[in-house]
Formats: sequence, structure tokens, C-alpha cells
Amino acid sequence: MAAANAVIRVEGLERVYATGKTEVRALQGVDLVVQPGEMVAIMGASGSGKSTLMNILGCLDRPTAGSYQLDGVRVDGLNRNELADIRNAKLGFVFQGFNLLARTSALENVELPLMYSRRHKGVDTRAAAQASLERVGLAERLDHEPSELSGGQQQRVAIARALVTRPSLLLADEPTGNLDSHTSIEVLALFQELNDTGITMLVVTHEPDIALYTKRVVELRDGRVIRDEAVRDRRVAAEDLGAATPLALAS
Amino acid sequence: MNGTRLVKIATQSIVKNKMRTLLTMLGIIIGVGAVIVMVAIGQGAKAQIQARIDNLGTNLVVITQGASQTGGVSQGAGTSNRLTLADFDALKRESTIFTGVSPVIVAPTQIVGGAGNWRTSVNGVSLDYQSIRAWPVASGRYFDDTDVRAMRKVAVIGKTIADNLFAGQDAVGQQIRLRDVPFDIIGVLTPKGQTAEGRDQDDVILSPYTTVQTRLSGRQFITQILGATASKGDIPAAEQEARGILRESHKLASYEADDFTVRDQTELAQAAQGTTQVMTILLAAIASVSLLVGGIGIMNIMLVSVTERTREIGIRMAVGARGSDVLTQFLVEAIVMSVVGGVIGVGVGFAGSLIVQRVTGWGTAIAPQMVLLAIGFSAAVGIFFGFYPARKAAALDPIEALRYE
Repeated sequence: MAAANAVIRVEGLERVYATGKTEVRALQGVDLVVQPGEMVAIMGASGSGKSTLMNILGCLDRPTAGSYQLDGVRVDGLNRNELADIRNAKLGFVFQGFNLLARTSALENVELPLMYSRRHKGVDTRAAAQASLERVGLAERLDHEPSELSGGQQQRVAIARALVTRPSLLLADEPTGNLDSHTSIEVLALFQELNDTGITMLVVTHEPDIALYTKRVVELRDGRVIRDEAVRDRRVAAEDLGAATPLALAS
Repeated sequence: MNGTRLVKIATQSIVKNKMRTLLTMLGIIIGVGAVIVMVAIGQGAKAQIQARIDNLGTNLVVITQGASQTGGVSQGAGTSNRLTLADFDALKRESTIFTGVSPVIVAPTQIVGGAGNWRTSVNGVSLDYQSIRAWPVASGRYFDDTDVRAMRKVAVIGKTIADNLFAGQDAVGQQIRLRDVPFDIIGVLTPKGQTAEGRDQDDVILSPYTTVQTRLSGRQFITQILGATASKGDIPAAEQEARGILRESHKLASYEADDFTVRDQTELAQAAQGTTQVMTILLAAIASVSLLVGGIGIMNIMLVSVTERTREIGIRMAVGARGSDVLTQFLVEAIVMSVVGGVIGVGVGFAGSLIVQRVTGWGTAIAPQMVLLAIGFSAAVGIFFGFYPARKAAALDPIEALRYE
């Protein structure tokens, strides 16, 4: 695979927080390359720098030093507006707390990124949102508001929202942190299914069990990569659920 | 990001948070409603004040004798005495604008009666005088047409004279002697007080001009002619008309100057105008304060709402909203709420004005331009007071905003 095609290419990434007189060096030279179609778990204890790395990879923050190419485009050094456009065009986020807009239907929540899209002018945002919700198995829940949905369903809405702009990379930050174990596996099954269709995925987690469902584990400690290896006994969530069609089960 | 999508986002947000929206709009609703009611009341009060000032005689035209010239040196007003009853008759007959015309023949007279004697001026006037001066009698009656034609020796006396000659008793029915001629007192006028120059207007006796001319003045000339118009606006035309009638009556050639003077009560009119202006400024001041308070109310709720909605802003930014998108959303929300609040406020103001009208019986008026102004102003308030919270929201850091609990 040609190097230029890497989804993420990070070299010598550093991030220093200046809090008063003391400096916190959250990242101290991280190198990472993620190829298309990969499913990578970023692991580490709290304070290891994984959240900082996640923020920079998600274009929510800028590195103090080092370079970051996302989908072949240099994104370190972009300004706030350019980063917002990159997030909209190339990234999809799935958060631990779902982060859906309250009192807003599933459909409108999924529509949201398209509303801010500069590439999707004139696109039928409603139809696109609906297709995305169908993809995660929520075709029957279009008009439900977050408060009317279970945790697993809310996370599916969030995943549909992340997918609706057809991003190059899906970033999931502790996606199963607020879910029970059964629902967690359902969500992971969805992730694996999406990954099988070619979507590149980065899952930040502190649970080794969750990392077993990915293809590669990158572990951080004190702002450095201490482990980067393929998952040997990769688990298949659909099998763990004991059902041939996990989506039917979930919906 | 296109405009319609932004407006859609903003209106969705407004509709979905009804309580917050209502609280935000309340300030503007009350502000605009108060302005409308205030202005409506103000218009009513203005009309009331105007009516009372008009009562003082702002619609008055005064024709006096002109100035005579002796070898090119003007001798001043009143030196040429060419105003006669014929002029009064001509005005009465020919004028189409005046609603009332009266001659005034002033005859300074020593009077005897009741408790002693007094010196005052006896004014010979016509029936119209009473309506021109808006000067009703407190007791008794005013003289009538028969009194005028029969040159009856009747007198309507001012309050000062009644107080001085007939203190503690009813003057009506008593007799007084004017230059040794006995007159019957048929009425006492309501008090009018002093003029701006300090002249006591109640130190006066009114009598038919026919009687005064034959019994007291004995001269052909009259002091002045008073004319009243229906409204202030008619005064310039009435003056023009009076000038034409009098020039004809005096048979003046076109090259000759007027031998009389036509004046109006400019000072009173100015006072009336001044009062109206003060009222308008007062109303504008109160209106601005209430709109300002409404605007600050909007800003407060918006500021609280920025904090409350921090996570929402974080979500929007995470999925690709630029700072400017968030800024625009908050601004559009503020403007939409202000304008909708303004429209509701106009309705509230309308209802309020009707209630005020019922209660006070004043005519209240709602000017269409006032409605437009109020709505325009509330939009401006929305932009002005919405900007600071909107900018605060736009400047949020997405990471901090997403982490906000």
C-alpha cells in the first residue's frame, strides 16, 4: 500500500500544556500511521495522553510540534475554521456520552453535520440522514428523540451521525463506556460490520476486552507509544452475541 | 453553510426550547407592549392637553386699529382709529372661515354699586364673545340677541368685581351704576385668572356692544375685533380672509398699506406646541427605557443560555460548525425572538390601549409607523444584545465545550 494513501500519518507529535509556570508534556513524540480499512484501538491509563492524541487526531486540538497528515492533507497548523471544515468533511465522532442534541429527533441529529457541510449544498439532507439511520438499524426510530431511545440506540444514532458525511475516519472515544456489556458488544458488532465495508476506525478505550475486537492495538504511556501490535485472537462480536444477524437483534 | 439552513437550525432551536424562548421574548413583549400603550396613552393625553389649550383661545385672531403715520413717522399701533362696527358687520357677514366674530369696545368706567365703587373697563361685546373666549358664566346668564338689539342696560361681571362690590352676596339681580347709568347684573363669569403679563382678566364687565357704544363710549370706533376659527390650522387662511374683507370695507387701493393689524395668539400656540413637544420627548424617553430593559433581558437569558448550551455548542463544533456558524445561529435566534416578541408585544400593546381607552375614556391612537418602529427597534435590540452572547458562544473551545457537564 502506498504511503501517500495513509489515513493518518503522524510524526514526532508533541503537545505541551502550559498551566501557569508548570508545563505538562501530554505527548512527547508520537509516531503513528493508520492505513485505510484499519481498526485501531488506542489504549492507555488515564494521564497516558490518549485523550490528547484523540483530540489532535480529531482536529479538535493542534499539536505543539510534529506533523499530522489526515488523508494525505497536512492539518497541523490549520486555523479554527479550517479545522472545523476538516472535521465536517473527513471525520466522524462517536463519544462515550453519545452527545446528541436533546429534544431533537434522531433524524435531525443525524442531519446536523450535513447542515454545516460546505460540500453538501443542494443535497437532500433528510434522505441522506435517513439512509444513514437505516444503515445502523434504526429505520423505525427516525422521529424519536434521544430521551425516548435506549443507550444502545442513542449510540447508534451517534454512529449514524458520524457516518452521514462519508468520512475518511471514524473516531470513537470510549464508545461503550456508558453501555452494559451486552449492548457494548452490539455496538462493537456494528463497528466491525462497518469496518468490513472499508471504513477506517480508531477506538479509544482503557478496556483490554474492547481492544480485542479491533485489529491493532496502540498503547500509550506518559505521552509515548509503548506498544503497537496486531490483535492476535481477534474476537468477532456477532459470534459473541450468538446470533447470525446482530442488527436484527439490536433493532 | 447556507443561509436557509442556518435559519432552519435557529428556528428549530427556538421551537424546541419553548420555555427558554418564552422567557427570552418576555422582555421584548413587555417592552414593545409598554411602548405601544405608552404612546397610545400619550396621544390621548396630548389630544386632551391640546383641547384644553385650545380652550384658552389659541384659535383666536385679533384685529386692532392700525398705526397712523405723521410725515413718515409711525405713531405706533392704535394711533389710527379706523376700526368701526361696519367692519365687524362686514366680517360677520362675509367671512366663511371664522366660527365667531365679536367687536370689543373698551370703555374705562367708574362704577358704583353694592359695597362701594370701583374702576374697571366695560367691554362691549357681541354674543359670539362667550364662545370665542370659551368663557361661561358661573351664575345667572349671558346676554342674548334681544338684549343686544334692544340695547338693554345689562351687565355680566367678572369675579373680581363680584368679590369687591358684592362680597358674600349674590350679585345676580343687583344693580350697578356705570357712569351714573343703572345696569342690571344678569350674570357672573367664571374666573379666568391672570394673563402672562399679570393683568387680571376677571376685572371686567361685559355688556352688549350696542349698549356700550350708545351709553358709555359714544364713539363710532371700536377697540378690536376678535375672531375664532375651528382649529389652529385655519388661522392663516382666516387672517388672509379678514385682511381682504377689511381692505375692501376700508376701500383701500392696492398701493395703500393696511390701516389695521391682524394678529394671532402666537405665544399661546407656541406654548401649546412646546407642551406637545415635552410630551413627545417624555414618551420617547419612557419607551426607550422599557425597550432597553427588554433588550438587557434578552441578553441575560442569552448569556445564561450560552452556558446552559455549552455542550450543544461543543457538539455542533465537533461535527463541523465554524465559530461563525455558531455566532450566526445565536444572532439569528436573538433576532427571530426579538421580532416575534415585538409582534406579540404589538398585540399586547393593542389590547392594553383598548383597556386604557375603556377605563379613562380618552381616545387612544396607534400609529402604524409606531408599530413598524417598535418591530424594527426590537430587531435592532436583538442584534445589539444578542451579539455579545453569540460571540461568547462562537469563541468556545470545542474540547472544553464537549467536556462541559
